[in-house]
Amino acid sequence: MIANQRSLILHAGLIVILFALQFLLPDYHHTNFTSIMVLATYAMGYNILVGYTGLLSLGHAMFFAAGLYGAGMGVYYLELHPVLAFILGSVAGLLLAIAIGLIALRTTGVAFMIVTLMFAQAAFLVTLYFNDITHGDEGLTLTQAARGFDLLGWHVDLTNPSQRYNLALALFLGALLLCLALVRSPVGRVLVAIRENEERTKMLGYDARRYKLLALSLSGLLSSAAGAAYVLFFGYVGSSFAAIPYSIYPLLWVLLGGVGTVVGPVIGTLLMFYLIEISRDHTSSYMIVVGVVLVLLVLWFPKGIAGTIRARWWGWIP
Amino acid sequence: MTFLTTQALTRSFGGIQAVTGVDLDLRQGEIRAIIGPNGAGKTTFVSMISGRVEPSSGAILFEGEDITALRPWDRVLRGIVYTFQITSVFRNLSCFDNVALSVQRSLSKGRAIWHRPDPIEVQAAVDSALSRVGLLTRSAELAGELSYGHQRLLEVAMGLALQPKLLILDEPTQGLSEQEIADFCRLVKEISAGATILLIEHNMDVVMELSHRITVMNNGALLAEGSPDEIMANLDVQRAYLGT
Repeated sequence: MIANQRSLILHAGLIVILFALQFLLPDYHHTNFTSIMVLATYAMGYNILVGYTGLLSLGHAMFFAAGLYGAGMGVYYLELHPVLAFILGSVAGLLLAIAIGLIALRTTGVAFMIVTLMFAQAAFLVTLYFNDITHGDEGLTLTQAARGFDLLGWHVDLTNPSQRYNLALALFLGALLLCLALVRSPVGRVLVAIRENEERTKMLGYDARRYKLLALSLSGLLSSAAGAAYVLFFGYVGSSFAAIPYSIYPLLWVLLGGVGTVVGPVIGTLLMFYLIEISRDHTSSYMIVVGVVLVLLVLWFPKGIAGTIRARWWGWIP
Repeated sequence: MTFLTTQALTRSFGGIQAVTGVDLDLRQGEIRAIIGPNGAGKTTFVSMISGRVEPSSGAILFEGEDITALRPWDRVLRGIVYTFQITSVFRNLSCFDNVALSVQRSLSKGRAIWHRPDPIEVQAAVDSALSRVGLLTRSAELAGELSYGHQRLLEVAMGLALQPKLLILDEPTQGLSEQEIADFCRLVKEISAGATILLIEHNMDVVMELSHRITVMNNGALLAEGSPDEIMANLDVQRAYLGT
């Protein structure tokens, strides 16, 4: 029970801090934090698969992009209500994850990495191939008018920083609650068992394939929900979101923050984001700085920041 | 109706026949030992029964039904439980969580994947399985930090918590001290009151003490079958073991 209370305080504290920050942050960082919360949702989705199930995907950009394009094209071409577009984008990622899972989950380990990487490359090339519709690298820009809507008598303008911040916070909170619920559920226990020893898990009577498909589906859903929110909040979708870097970022965020911890992804996303921001102000070869810092962090925090804190001091972190 | 029957069960890996046409009948409630020299095909044979290895040909009948095509996890739900030769506990989880995985499975039989069993029931079932093997006081310890003997016992507790009808023990006493072996034999006798036991074992003292009947395998085939006394007196068996 003590561990549960501590975990409640930690996660509730995180949400309260994020809520309070909107009144303290200058405009520029205000927008950055909106972006970080959306990307952290993506990272949490990724973490369900890599951290809790032990399946390393190198192709999550396709799920993120499915959300971006599903919602973005829904608004751009079909003039959908943004809420419907968000749902469309999320469902697109979910369906894609199920379809990819049925094929890719026949493999494990390195083969799984390669198969997901290949599918994601194919998805990226599709966004370029259908240039007429997607406008490729140039992308689609959503107008301010298309990003405003009325819901239950409340007018929402997604270009308004304050509303955008709080909606991003709501998305992040939803993802956090989903992850906490999953980790503490019987399904979460089986996912960890599969990560630790799949063969043994099968011999305890669990059909590991079903659990892995469930994990991939949830992971894809959170990733695409983040993508859908991203395009609605920032009004742009282009092919670069489907490219390899967007498959690698969530891996770095999660590794940095702590694989298999609920708060790790947000810590990792925040750090990486500002690491790039700050080093870019000082040098054009900022990736060298980022690389050195990452190497140092891996040396001192081999399990990521939250993972190392859990291993050394706070064993109760979920 | 026989409890478990294998009919001409065969498995080859490439050109090597690991198990060739083995027929076996197991009665409910018995303790059956399978012995034989290294490489005789014992583990491959029981792996086919548990579903870890698919047979190349032949059939397996359990409680009158053909289960040859059933996947291993479905066999577990029917009551065929395998404990690993090489200790295969979840090292980074506590003893409680290791056994809870089994309990959760047996309490969620036929339910949806997200079914949450009553935590009080889970606690009671985990405690019961751990106390049967004498590990109740170590419930919170990490499985990977237990001594080897205790890890083997945890492995058995995980099997017990699945409420097996047929419990397959693959070299359970390997690496245990004499005292641990004596305790283990007592445990197996207790378990056999509620389950049929199929035991692969090299330690002949254990085999003689526990088993009602013994099956001897050699070069993938059935060499002999009989009571412990019959097997001891069997010349073929002596030859296979001593190489004379």
